[in-house]
Amino acid sequence: MEPMGCLAPSELSVKDLPWQIHWSKDKCTLCGHCTAVCPVRAIELGVHRKRALTVPLNLGEKPGNLFSVFHGIDQRTDPAHACVGCGMCTLVCPNGAIIPVHTDEIDKLRFHVNVNGEARRRGGRRNSSDSLLDKIKFVRISMLTDPALDAGRHEFELRTLLGRVLPPEEMLRVSRENGWMPPVREIYPLIIGGMSFGALSPSMWEGLQLGVSYLNEEMNMPVRISTGEGGCPPRLLKSRFLQYVILQIASGYFGWDEIIHNLPLMKEDPCAIEIKYGQGAKPGDGGLLMWYKVNKLIAAIRGVPQGINLPSPPTHQTKYSIEEAVAKMIQSMSMAWGFRVPVYPKISATSTAMAVLNNLTRNPYAAGLAIDGEDGGTGAAYHVSMNSMGHPIASNLRDAYLTLVKIGKQNELPLLAGGGFGKNGNLAANAAALIMLGASGVQTGKYIMQAAAGCLGSESDRCNICNIGLCPKGITSQDPRLDRRLDPEKVAQRLVDVFLSFDTELKKIVAPLGRSTSLPIGMSDALGIADADAAKRLNINYVL
Amino acid sequence: MCRLFAVTSNEPLSPMVAIRALDVMKEGHDGSGVGLFLTDLGGEFENFKQQPILSGIFSSEGIKALDRFMMDLDFMVKYKLSFRPTRPTPVGTPKRDNYVIRVYEYPADWEELSPAEIQFRLMMVQLQLRQIGEKDKSMLIFSFWPDCIMIKEVGDPLTVAGYLGLDRKELAARTILSQGRQNTNYAIDIYACHPFFLQGIATMTNGENTAFVPIRQFLMSRNFPGYIGYQSDSEVFTHILHYMHSKLGLGVEMYKHIITPLKDAELLRHPDGAWLKQLKQSCRPLIIDGPNCVIGCLPDKSLFMVQDSKKLRPGVVGGKPGVFAFSSEMCGLDAAIPERYINLDYQPMKYETVLIRKERQEIEKWNQWDALRHLN
Ligand code: SF4
Ligand code: SF4
Repeated sequence: MEPMGCLAPSELSVKDLPWQIHWSKDKCTLCGHCTAVCPVRAIELGVHRKRALTVPLNLGEKPGNLFSVFHGIDQRTDPAHACVGCGMCTLVCPNGAIIPVHTDEIDKLRFHVNVNGEARRRGGRRNSSDSLLDKIKFVRISMLTDPALDAGRHEFELRTLLGRVLPPEEMLRVSRENGWMPPVREIYPLIIGGMSFGALSPSMWEGLQLGVSYLNEEMNMPVRISTGEGGCPPRLLKSRFLQYVILQIASGYFGWDEIIHNLPLMKEDPCAIEIKYGQGAKPGDGGLLMWYKVNKLIAAIRGVPQGINLPSPPTHQTKYSIEEAVAKMIQSMSMAWGFRVPVYPKISATSTAMAVLNNLTRNPYAAGLAIDGEDGGTGAAYHVSMNSMGHPIASNLRDAYLTLVKIGKQNELPLLAGGGFGKNGNLAANAAALIMLGASGVQTGKYIMQAAAGCLGSESDRCNICNIGLCPKGITSQDPRLDRRLDPEKVAQRLVDVFLSFDTELKKIVAPLGRSTSLPIGMSDALGIADADAAKRLNINYVL
Repeated sequence: MCRLFAVTSNEPLSPMVAIRALDVMKEGHDGSGVGLFLTDLGGEFENFKQQPILSGIFSSEGIKALDRFMMDLDFMVKYKLSFRPTRPTPVGTPKRDNYVIRVYEYPADWEELSPAEIQFRLMMVQLQLRQIGEKDKSMLIFSFWPDCIMIKEVGDPLTVAGYLGLDRKELAARTILSQGRQNTNYAIDIYACHPFFLQGIATMTNGENTAFVPIRQFLMSRNFPGYIGYQSDSEVFTHILHYMHSKLGLGVEMYKHIITPLKDAELLRHPDGAWLKQLKQSCRPLIIDGPNCVIGCLPDKSLFMVQDSKKLRPGVVGGKPGVFAFSSEMCGLDAAIPERYINLDYQPMKYETVLIRKERQEIEKWNQWDALRHLN
């Protein structure tokens, strides 16, 4: 409280914050672990004076005060130091003496995180745990003339194609005439979506690459990972592991100097080139790497000075229109690798996606389309972009697939879907639903961060401080003191766990549907939902 | 599970041969339908090899509409075989006014047309009639093609055959496909009854194809008016074969490579693996997910049988030079050709295609592992 009894409008109490720290004086031994670990310094050692009234039993003595001092935890209330609920304090406390608790009503902090007129920026995802994909069930169980398959015993072909697939007539003609056949990759349908070197810490990146290589070379699973916009370490560019990598180029072209310089030194072609036009979490907005994270290494790889904000423009500035941009970029990227590498754009889900799609169907070099829904995650964006902008993935993907079906190109232009599947942990079920709605493959980043690295973020706005380089798990920081909390080998191990269990679950879904010879892309007769409007919109079964 | 029986013989046979074989395999079908496809015709139809034959079921109104429609197109009836059953209708079989098999003379102005154009127009006539009939249920059209007859009805095969009098001498064919239906998944609809027919190609299938919906979508988006119907998930087998045969110009040895391509790891070891991989990718939406046994007849009257690649349905082929039969059950084969060399009976497995050509001399076998002739 200010002198003269004045209150500043943004003066908050602990009660006004989204997270309140519950601390037990009885259990606390004042070891200081929690205050040391807290990424936002939300808690500090507090010295408290305590007054106890002493009332003697004999009348001879007068009642008096006994003053004592005790030490404990204080929670700070200014917006910059408001607890983000990450729970690291709980994790490190040896005595179970401290835990953040979510407030019982809408917090007041949200009205004040715009000091100096700066709108809130954060990492994470849309704050909504609602998921249409979770409501989709698989209702067509095969049991009569086709007894269900045994997920553990039968063989399953669960791979997908990435690349422009020629229609059969065309394929036969081109092969007869010895013409150019567009490159097509056979890959695992679960793809690790674009998270840049820079947004992610070196340990996290290394761990993911390690895990991907292991899955490919030891487990025979052709898993692919997108780099996101930020380039690729030169050693990886020159290694054989590049074939497992999808290089992303976005409007800032960060890291592409390095990639182009290394082109002649590459031993393998990358899996594909992804041209990012939009991201589901913040559609219409460019990438953002905040200055906290631009250290020497990141600056070198991206070819920029250290310690500055790195925003990418919302669009590819060098081009006049999206159609032109798409056509020219696809053409030049294809040319750079001698037309041996599939090149496809990634856009955010939007009601205008069909225009882009139609355009691509007429472009013989377009190798697919990735659509990223509103529930996708990001390392840094404006809160309003994340929460309110964008289009859900299910209906956008479905429209795109049915548009392709109408013109007979559903096999020619693979659709990749991402953004929010697995948000409540149901990765395989959500992925299978997207595939049966028409996706050839699915891309996820957030789930991988949560499952393979222990990211604490959630749809209740927990943690989500990925943008400021203070990630308490060392996943999205560039501070070596934080990075070392993450052991790359353990990340790799967890990544393998994730893919193996995903594979089992996917089989557990397709086996009872009687599907094993090919990925059930567009098998919408298997899907049902207890919501008549959603069923009608998605053209799937309405079940009650 | 449905029962399938097909026979091909140098001597024309009565359809009753097939019906009796189905009856032997009776445990396997529940009388929900019988379907017959007769081609390389004998009997009265021997005299009309070139003219298109219309097969279908018509109400009295339907017959009048048919006459008007065909007259407008300048088609003249040359010969007809109509059954108007007088006996009481068997239990479960709907009462119909007319079962029609009619041979037409081509319109005069079709004379100049190319074979491809004639084939297209014949299909369009069949589709238009089917469409007219669907509105008021006055017509059910099964085929309109030279040297082909189709008969379909709901009911037990033997009872229906007796009811329709299929043992009449006018009706004989060298190649016959027949199915005794066990309705499992869909409502009883006569258009769901096998065999299915499109432009001289007929197939029938056992089992269930769970990849039906994406395959149907792919076929329907090929912009070819004949790819419609799909009251049964098995109709796609006919249309895939048709697509492969007439749109891609590939021979029957490629059918397996399209519906059940070799696995990626297997293709690496195949002599034509690289080409087959591209074909597999381009035809990915046509990959079936059986179990299915498919028996089919090609425009050149050769008969073939293939299995899916994961859970085979029963299917055996046997016979002797001059006469061969395909049957979903051994007992059907025994009933039809008891005096064959049983040592030569053959059950195609997951990589194989068996074929009996029109000369009916031997069982030809192809394996998906074989090098492709047209490439090498
Ligand atoms: S929950 Fe996280 S932010 Fe909150 S006090 Fe604990 S460590 Fe700090
Ligand atoms: S744990 Fe790290 S990556 Fe996860 S939400 Fe927090 S800051 Fe972001």
